[in-house]
Amino acid sequence: MSDTATAPSTGPKTLAEKVWNDHLVVKGEDGSPDLIYIDLHLVHEVTSPQAFDGLRQAGRPVRRPDLTIATEDHNTPTLAIDRPIVDLTSRTQIETLRTNCEEFGIRLHPLGDIEQGIVHVVGPQLGLTMPGITVVCGDSHTSTHGAFGAMGIGIGTSEVEHVLATQTLPLAPFKTMAITVEGELRPGVTAKDIILAVIAKIGTGGGQGYVLEYRGSAIRALSMDGRMTICNMSIEAGARAGMVAPDQTTYDYLKGRAHAPEGADWDAAVAYWDTLATDDDAVFDAEVYLDASELEPFVTWGTNPGQGISLSESVPSPDSYSDPNDRQAAERALEYMDLAAGTPMKDIKVDAVFMGSCTNSRIEDLRAFASIVKGQKKADHVRVMVVPGSARVRLEAEAEGLDKVFEEFGAEWRFAGCSMCLGMNPDQLAPGERCASTSNRNFEGRQGKGGRTHLVSPLVAAATAIRGTLSSPWDLAVSTGSTTEGVNA
Amino acid sequence: MDKITTITGVAVPFRRSNVDTDQIIPAVFLKRVTKTGYEDALFHSWRQDPDFILNRPEYQGATVLFAGQDFGIGSSREHAVWALRDFGITAVIAPRFGDIFRGNSGKQGLLVGTVDEELVEKFWELIEAEPGRAATVDLVARTVSVADFTVPFDIDDYTRWRLLEGLDDIGLTLRDEARITQFEAARETWRPRTLPVR
Repeated sequence: MSDTATAPSTGPKTLAEKVWNDHLVVKGEDGSPDLIYIDLHLVHEVTSPQAFDGLRQAGRPVRRPDLTIATEDHNTPTLAIDRPIVDLTSRTQIETLRTNCEEFGIRLHPLGDIEQGIVHVVGPQLGLTMPGITVVCGDSHTSTHGAFGAMGIGIGTSEVEHVLATQTLPLAPFKTMAITVEGELRPGVTAKDIILAVIAKIGTGGGQGYVLEYRGSAIRALSMDGRMTICNMSIEAGARAGMVAPDQTTYDYLKGRAHAPEGADWDAAVAYWDTLATDDDAVFDAEVYLDASELEPFVTWGTNPGQGISLSESVPSPDSYSDPNDRQAAERALEYMDLAAGTPMKDIKVDAVFMGSCTNSRIEDLRAFASIVKGQKKADHVRVMVVPGSARVRLEAEAEGLDKVFEEFGAEWRFAGCSMCLGMNPDQLAPGERCASTSNRNFEGRQGKGGRTHLVSPLVAAATAIRGTLSSPWDLAVSTGSTTEGVNA
Repeated sequence: MDKITTITGVAVPFRRSNVDTDQIIPAVFLKRVTKTGYEDALFHSWRQDPDFILNRPEYQGATVLFAGQDFGIGSSREHAVWALRDFGITAVIAPRFGDIFRGNSGKQGLLVGTVDEELVEKFWELIEAEPGRAATVDLVARTVSVADFTVPFDIDDYTRWRLLEGLDDIGLTLRDEARITQFEAARETWRPRTLPVR
């Protein structure tokens, strides 16, 4: 990428450039990448075993166990977690993580531990994720942590090994893109609808090479949970990372958490964090605008996250695409999804609803879902699974009685993990089954071989679980009198 | 990592765009703790179809994949690279790649080069005109050829150099260890620490 460059060390800078520059160990010369220091490394069972093996083979230690933390999430069961894992390969993988963490002195929150959960829920919850830091994890949804004004970068296993060994990463410079969302969301429209609309607008490769910065009044108005939902899906637009400048909402969320700075450290941190926002005269390499007030509940119809439309629309015709590749992709997607062009999205019947994943499994997401399903019964033919993002989220939900709301609705209330988002553990769709899912990927077979996924917000998932067809809370307001007031997940 | 200079082998016209890493290798194959032996998992779902291109007799020995826009998007799973490599594919040419996939490829000796969409289309036509013909990817000259049609491809200088030299990234970084230590000495106390447990 010879046309890309980070900003010089002086002059106006964007949030991303400031964080990057403050982590520069070695400035790359003659086309070499910059060597960037990593403040926090999150580890899980799936992308780490081969990295630890590599260290062993080379006789290298983990450089900074005190900047590293592990949990079990991708390949863990969400039922009967007190019993041995039935699938032997899965059990071996979990046990391998435990052995590796023991051997290399890494803090681990295993299945059954109160701090166990999806890595991207656990980091923020512990107060480890904070503004102005660099966070990596062998998981593409590490972009989630950008909600705090951190730079969260998803990496592969070779890079996991690299960070374990050196606490740094050689990274190529990036371009910056401002995604400005102004205006007020209508009730029933949430952070998830914003990001699905952004991806539909710029495409799955639209963010490639860029760090996105989400800005504007609609982003400022979001809670941290909402901002995490948005930053989480930056990777679905192909971006290197996604960020939101820290503000009082960020500080209020962070203060008092287990690993948040305290006393003089807190004051020093806030003084620094206050300098991170993009300078007024800084220039982005690209800019995208969205009017929040025009957004409607959103849903995907195809097999990549960019194939999305407003729920009030109909399945698009492949002929409506001028680019032959887009047309072919649409044809293939419609065939896989078993959908006919022109079908109103709201006529599409689903078999399952999945409420969970690192995109939407935090307490506000569960509250939003509960606000719609409370006192209702799910549609008979729909299987509804609610999977909290962490053991703590589960406990918090239970303290609020949300588990009872879900159970009375007819939903399954599970233990924490990635679950049906990626269909690695037993939580999978059967071939041909159709699911409204609050997760992040509608790829072919993502939730189980032959399964069909429509990405939606927690509110749309809830309304869909009630009606049995893709529905928004707006449809319920007419038929059941449910209200979505005050819900802003 | 072995040094790479030139790759020659059966070319495959992979007429698909937005090939995500879930397609390259589904999550159920990510339970293993090993780094090799993923050849059976490659494109597992699509390979159930006897007409899938990699099942066709003329494309046996597949070595160079010519794919559509946005190959390797989605999940960070390096298993996608391992599966391609284990299957025998040592180079992928496409108009654009998922960032993490491209990075993973460079670390694992899978040569990933970009060429414009029209040129990929031209390669597709050339290969389909004579299925089974070879492609040559010359990393030194930065060119890719099928028959007498040769075009330059893009690859960043640093990755190219590392592939040509077969260099280990960690070893390269550790040459700067003193600077890492120096950076750490100045690290502010408010920055996160996972230990001791609080």
